[in-house]
Amino acid sequence: MVDVFYPLQWIADKLVYEVLGIAPDTHLAASVNFIIYDVLKILILLVVMIFAISYIRTFVTPEKTRRVLGGKTGLQYHLLASLLGAVTPFCSCSSVPLFIGFVEAGIPLGVTFSFLITSPLVNEAAVAALWATLGLKATLIYAVSGVLLGVFGGYIIGLMKMEKYVADFVYKIKVGDQNKKPEALSIKERTAIAFDNVKDIVEKVWLYVIIGVTLGGIFHGYAPEGILATYAGKDNLLAVPIAVIIGVPLYSNVMGMIPIVESLIGKGLPVGTALAFLMAVTALSLPEMIILKKVLKNELIGAFVLVVSLSIIFTGYLFNIIL
Amino acid sequence: MKIEILGTGCSKCKKTKEVIEKVLKNEGVEAEVVKIEDIEKILNYGVMITPGVVVDGEVKLVGKVPDEKDIKKWIS
Repeated sequence: MVDVFYPLQWIADKLVYEVLGIAPDTHLAASVNFIIYDVLKILILLVVMIFAISYIRTFVTPEKTRRVLGGKTGLQYHLLASLLGAVTPFCSCSSVPLFIGFVEAGIPLGVTFSFLITSPLVNEAAVAALWATLGLKATLIYAVSGVLLGVFGGYIIGLMKMEKYVADFVYKIKVGDQNKKPEALSIKERTAIAFDNVKDIVEKVWLYVIIGVTLGGIFHGYAPEGILATYAGKDNLLAVPIAVIIGVPLYSNVMGMIPIVESLIGKGLPVGTALAFLMAVTALSLPEMIILKKVLKNELIGAFVLVVSLSIIFTGYLFNIIL
Repeated sequence: MKIEILGTGCSKCKKTKEVIEKVLKNEGVEAEVVKIEDIEKILNYGVMITPGVVVDGEVKLVGKVPDEKDIKKWIS
């Protein structure tokens, strides 16, 4: 296959060896080359992915999702909720209104959780950065397993019948219908919205990308080969759960995390363990739990964290076996 | 005119308030700007993704910070 990113490597080589005049085969050259190449690649894929997904998203609003999923049970609706979650991002401050809106529309608790689990886990920015750093195959595996994790995580929470652990006031709120915009958008308007979104996200994450890639680049150039294979290789069964336990409370910008993880893989960290760690970072975070405490009682938050963490650990082992 | 900004206090909600106040000042338009942080009130407007902007009881924008062009249209 032709490497479409070859020109970026060419630019990175030119800049490092000719413009900056760093001698090849040195730690410094390896680090700087890695940083330039990775930053360019991540930013390009970011722009493309965010534009594509933002465009698709102009057709999928939370209001529509509410209508489609209201009162529906069954595994296929968990899948639909999970897929809709993947294309609908929301910042953690919207998780409470979204949760109440879903419950009020009669969407079963488990289906609501399928949406809530996948939404942060699979998002276009993370997918773009993964694609740039770990390649298409690992990215597809991440995205597909992220969606399935939402499906089964939500399904299990549904089976646990935890409706009574939702704060009582949630059931009393009436969601208004002022926010119904039936007007159809033109292609021009959708394009403008998608462009706006690209600008918003890139403005927000570019610094994290550069910091993450720089840290990764230093590690890439200076850490001994295979160091992580020795301590956190596939035969160390504790590596996956430890990676997940570290990742869960961590509230970090995943865009900065991905390039660091890439360099860890380069030094022998198994891909499954790495993906499990990234999933734990994105799917669960302490601030989000604190926000959700407004609407969920501790038992339900505990069940949520437990089901998602165990699913991620399971997924990590599975990746390490098949990859 | 009454402009309500719906949001539970995230950074985008604060930014929304700033932009709206800036445009009002630049255009010399008087309006009452209120921040609504009560979840029930936000949902009563049918807004699930914050920030939301409501002008005289009508939901104008949901889920993003408005740009100055949008705001000018609402207040003129």
